[in-house]
Amino acid sequence: MDMTMRDYDSRMGDPASKKFGTFSYLPELDAASVRKQVEYMVAKGWSCAVEHVEPARADNDYWYMWKLPMFGERDVNTIMNELTACRNANTGHHIRIIGYDNKRQTQGQSMVVYRGDT
Amino acid sequence: MSTKKYDAGVKAYRETYWDPGYTPKETDLLACFKITPQEGVPREEAAAAVAAESSTGTWTTVWTDLLTDLEYYKGRAYRVEEVPGDDSCFYAFVAYPIDLFEEGSIVNVLTSLVGNVFGFKAIRALRLEDIRFPLHYVLTCGGPPNGITVERDKMNKYGRPMLGCTIKPKLGLSAKNYGRAVYECLRGGLDFTKDDENVNSQPFMRWRHRFEFVAEAVKKAEAETGERKGHYLNVTAGTVEEMYKRAEFAKELDMPIIMHDFFTAGFTANTSLANWCRDNGMLLHIHRAMHAVVDRNPYHGIHFRVLTKCLRLSGGDHLHSGTVVGKLEGDREATLGWIDLMRERFIPENRARGIFFDQDFGHMPGMFPVASGGIHVWHMPALVSIFGDDAVLQFGGGTLGHPWGNAAGAAANRVAVEACVKARNEGRHLEKESREILTEAAKHSPELAAAMETWREIKFEFDVVDKLDVATA
Repeated sequence: MDMTMRDYDSRMGDPASKKFGTFSYLPELDAASVRKQVEYMVAKGWSCAVEHVEPARADNDYWYMWKLPMFGERDVNTIMNELTACRNANTGHHIRIIGYDNKRQTQGQSMVVYRGDT
Repeated sequence: MSTKKYDAGVKAYRETYWDPGYTPKETDLLACFKITPQEGVPREEAAAAVAAESSTGTWTTVWTDLLTDLEYYKGRAYRVEEVPGDDSCFYAFVAYPIDLFEEGSIVNVLTSLVGNVFGFKAIRALRLEDIRFPLHYVLTCGGPPNGITVERDKMNKYGRPMLGCTIKPKLGLSAKNYGRAVYECLRGGLDFTKDDENVNSQPFMRWRHRFEFVAEAVKKAEAETGERKGHYLNVTAGTVEEMYKRAEFAKELDMPIIMHDFFTAGFTANTSLANWCRDNGMLLHIHRAMHAVVDRNPYHGIHFRVLTKCLRLSGGDHLHSGTVVGKLEGDREATLGWIDLMRERFIPENRARGIFFDQDFGHMPGMFPVASGGIHVWHMPALVSIFGDDAVLQFGGGTLGHPWGNAAGAAANRVAVEACVKARNEGRHLEKESREILTEAAKHSPELAAAMETWREIKFEFDVVDKLDVATA
């Protein structure tokens, strides 16, 4: 491979340098890949939840909940549809999906699925 | 009612301290020792001697024995077992009544169990293999100041192992240059960087200067990436007062985590610092310098699983665990055993992992195991497979040694860990498909591709010195 030294391109003023936790260092996940991760959360017995926020507020712990977490929902299609519905209703927002692990009282997963306008 | 008469002289230990009919109480503290007796000393006598010398006994009868109820207070050797594959030694199980130990004092427990008895002449070698702390005792200890789930919430990291890096060279950098190395690692995608254990406050870099420059590095990297970051500021010092001073300054700088070397500084210092962390909302990373001095010899010393339990009770949010795959000693099954002891609520007896007793930690939070030492991107699939999500994987040379610098090295590790987690969640087999998973990820990350090229041939394949005891066919 080409081992010629490269600059690490990250800039304070460049929105693309902002990262969002798990999977944000990979290329943006396509719908099929997101679906596989949702399947994993459902298989783990976690409750999926959709949240969104204005990009300028992304640092906050608390984003807006899209409805309530989908307790007991095992149908991946329903969960994927809520992601789309949240996106359509909140254009320009970041949107993440969380897998709540109630047994361990933690989020088993939290991943940003759509990046809003920055 | 006292019916005994005082009879001066020396009695065989087994007359008083060997009690094979004894059923341990759930409040008893239980210990398993591996005893290598001197030639000609019967097993029951050696086991009883260990029980005696680690509890109420001494070498001769004394009249003041009769002023108390030694039947109640004494430790009892209640079982001996063969060591699989080795007839030079045997396991002895000893039960101690809970009254023998001051509440919340790991120091007191260890002073009894690994005190004088380890120099005892009738014994050629002695190793404390495991302790069962009764839940009643566990709940007198403070434990981890925050625990795994609280740390995840504070740091906002979910669904993957966290990544760290120990700044090198270990010694000799100025504070400002050191801060530069920290900044580069964190902006590249690591969650944490770490002071090396022997970085305290030397003339070339006084602690206060280091803290100030590191704080700037952490804040800049957070602003640039939008993610939360931390650097384990090592507050280990010559006195506890000095440690508090440094911890207070870390808090003043709004840093999330500090670090302590529990074994060289001691359990008293560690417990005090853990209490400070609990009171001040600070995460506590625990390094384990000196552990191999006492835990590596299979016949003499203290097994690391005992040190792990002691540290969890004393308090810490992270503890180094070994990597299994890197440059430092660590048998896979044994490592999985003590990782469970760090993280789980209840750990059942499992001899295949060297766990001799059921251990109930009740509501005490778990700690992150920290895998550090000679690991690089090629190890990532195995590390994610072995450790799962609740671990900190630390790449020192594996970050700083990247041909394009720390930020690129950090990005390579971050891409690799995320690719492994993604693949695992999709149902792929990490260890069998490691090459494919990393190669696919490297197509989108020149940093990862360069790291894979740099460390292609590095392996650490030496035999493990401290193996689990198993019969050899």
